[in-house]
Amino acid sequence: MSKYTEEQLEEELKTQEYKYGFYTDIESDTFPIGLNEDVVRAISKKKNEPEWMTEWRLEAFRVWEQMEEPEWANVHYEKPKFQDIAYYSAPKKKPKLNSLDEVDPELLDTFKRLGISVDEQKKLANVAVDIVMDSVSVATTFKKTLGEKGIIFMPISEAIQEHPELVKKYLGTIVPTTDNFYAALNSAVFSDGSFCYIPKGVKCPMELSTYFRINEGGTGQFERTLVVADKGSYVSYLEGCTAPMRDENQLHAAVVELIALDDAEIKYSTVQNWYPGNKEGKGGVYNFVTKRGLCENNAKISWTQVETGSAVTWKYPSCILKGNNSVGEFYSIAVTNNHQQADTGTKMIHLGKNTRSTIISKGISAGQSQNSYRGLVQINSRAENARNFSQCDSLLMGNACGAHTFPYIEAKNKSAQIEHEATTSKIGEDQLFYCNQRGIDTEKAIALIVNGFSKEVLNKLPMEFAVEAQKLLEISLEGSVG
Amino acid sequence: MLKIENLKAEIDGKAILKGLNIEVKAGEVHAIMGPNGAGKSTLANVIAGKEEYEVTEGSIELNDEDISELAPEERAHNGVFLSFQYPVEIPGVSVTNFIKTAINETRKAKGLEDMPAKDMLKMIREKSELLEIDRKFLGRSLNEGFSGGEKKRNEIFQMAMLEPKLAILDETDSGLDIDALRIVANGVNKLKSKDNAVIVITHYQRLLDYIVPDFVHVLHDGKIVKTGDASLALELEAKGYDWIKELA
Ligand SMILES: Nc1ncnc2c1ncn2[C@@H]1O[C@H](COP(=O)(O)OP(=O)(O)O)[C@@H](O)[C@H]1O
Ligand SMILES: [Mg+2]
Repeated sequence: MSKYTEEQLEEELKTQEYKYGFYTDIESDTFPIGLNEDVVRAISKKKNEPEWMTEWRLEAFRVWEQMEEPEWANVHYEKPKFQDIAYYSAPKKKPKLNSLDEVDPELLDTFKRLGISVDEQKKLANVAVDIVMDSVSVATTFKKTLGEKGIIFMPISEAIQEHPELVKKYLGTIVPTTDNFYAALNSAVFSDGSFCYIPKGVKCPMELSTYFRINEGGTGQFERTLVVADKGSYVSYLEGCTAPMRDENQLHAAVVELIALDDAEIKYSTVQNWYPGNKEGKGGVYNFVTKRGLCENNAKISWTQVETGSAVTWKYPSCILKGNNSVGEFYSIAVTNNHQQADTGTKMIHLGKNTRSTIISKGISAGQSQNSYRGLVQINSRAENARNFSQCDSLLMGNACGAHTFPYIEAKNKSAQIEHEATTSKIGEDQLFYCNQRGIDTEKAIALIVNGFSKEVLNKLPMEFAVEAQKLLEISLEGSVG
Repeated sequence: MLKIENLKAEIDGKAILKGLNIEVKAGEVHAIMGPNGAGKSTLANVIAGKEEYEVTEGSIELNDEDISELAPEERAHNGVFLSFQYPVEIPGVSVTNFIKTAINETRKAKGLEDMPAKDMLKMIREKSELLEIDRKFLGRSLNEGFSGGEKKRNEIFQMAMLEPKLAILDETDSGLDIDALRIVANGVNKLKSKDNAVIVITHYQRLLDYIVPDFVHVLHDGKIVKTGDASLALELEAKGYDWIKELA
């Protein structure tokens, strides 16, 4: 038995392989690579979109063409070659399904290997699953129960056909096409995603859940999600994803827009486990996401995220607290290992009176990874009595990784109360020995310590997701002992 | 139970244990006393398998099996328990969750299923009552913000839950007021049987009024320089350690 050192811990962490390294062999219908106005038109046509939607995309494309890829984040990567990407890929078999039995058995098998068996999902009462596979939804369930309450939950491509007035009214109002490079790109080429509308006063009776997967080599995936909670309504939305092993980098640039009208509440939870690249840092998903929500009076939006995957993560779920007494929350766990890089955090924009925001960020870094928290708390001059509490904790494993915190505060109203706390700690040999002495081996001890560190955030996740998230934390740091 | 012969151990090239012998039989209580820096905690850590320490010579046998090559968790699975002089904090992990994990990992190592939740709860209730531990305490993060006394009591609670064969208590008395000392000592005495053994490391005779040792060893400069019965502890209390140092 050799002496256990942090160097070894580090060494051992490098040896873990991606558990979900496989991909499904479903025939796809893929566009040739490259992007121009014709491709944008073709995507729109493929989806039978109305004229206004085609124009909307083209406008976004023209804006995007003029934009530069942002460089301010604390991440370093080889820029994607945007003309080498195929911008559309849909499974060829695109059946309309009423029940899960009709789902392609190969797809079901994929889910089983992911440990997210659809059978299990079905049994988990109150979970409606809208599976997005290679940009196009192939299965929607529980539509009936939702329909009875007037809840709309469907692929956004269908919503464009069936509820154009709602989509037209809200799409791009929170994240305008001009917002940033990736959002503009997404607006031009988004292939699918989800649309959700909760009518006035309705409490959505189940967690709405979507699994996204990237499945076609070399295709970027650009989902678009729009959630509208009408006055006094409530919805909890779960988004989870994992991707198969790949050699080349895969670009992912999603846009999520949330709208919580007066007295409404949206809980948006994400577990993200895309392929992070191999231990040399080759391959892996680039995840450049724009997520933003708007709160009207007395409304509340909570973002909860568990980020364990991707080679590069660039993601700042934000809240615009426009209405008086509105509340924004951000709870985040970001794990980086090997050569992963994450630059993630949130923006809380206080516009209304008595607005409150809470930020809890837990960063866990291992290997040679870099983990940055970047947050902005902005108190507008008219935002009387705004309050913010931020807590950013970092946990380091080994000496080769890095944790960084960039908290920005802009307060233009004197009545603002802003609190910021930050800690950095290391998993110590003394902690590990203490656990070992009680019969807990080092791998399990690390999982225990990491779960303890992340507890405040894990507690915010819906039950069935929390279990999955805990498993993921363990898997991401697995192989830490030989 | 435990047989240590000519044990030599060093850290960073510095020799700390310099040829130590001790034998502890089932059913016995041994006390190890000695001045600060004598190597008492080092001995405890070496028995438990802390890998910073390098064993350069000698053997450690537990029930006739050499354990000196085993990982610390394997020694724990074989029934070694160490009540730490300085228990560490694990934020966000409750006392209950920690002990549950420890018990189930130990069971797993023995090829057993997890302990049923019902049995676990019953056991937690019994043992916390034995040590007069408030149930609310069990929900708190392990050792985080605990007073010195709470930490030590929690160590003995874990010992009670894990039911070790060989328990080593490293200065469990320090930081305890007289009431807590009595509760902890009473707990240890209740857990004692003819099948297990206890090594009590202490500076003071005080604890030994409650946990009466069969043997008292004096450790000085990495070696046991004197062994006697309970009366040796009283003698040390009266005379201090200087005369021992001269013996060495
Ligand atoms: N981790 C360590 N690194 C360096 N020296 C140590 C370490 N642990 C113990 N020592 C040294 O070993 C000697 C014995 O220490 P210790 O076993 O803690 O004594 P005791 O418990 O009897 O007071 C002391 O001189 C101490 O400084
Ligand atoms: Mg000591």
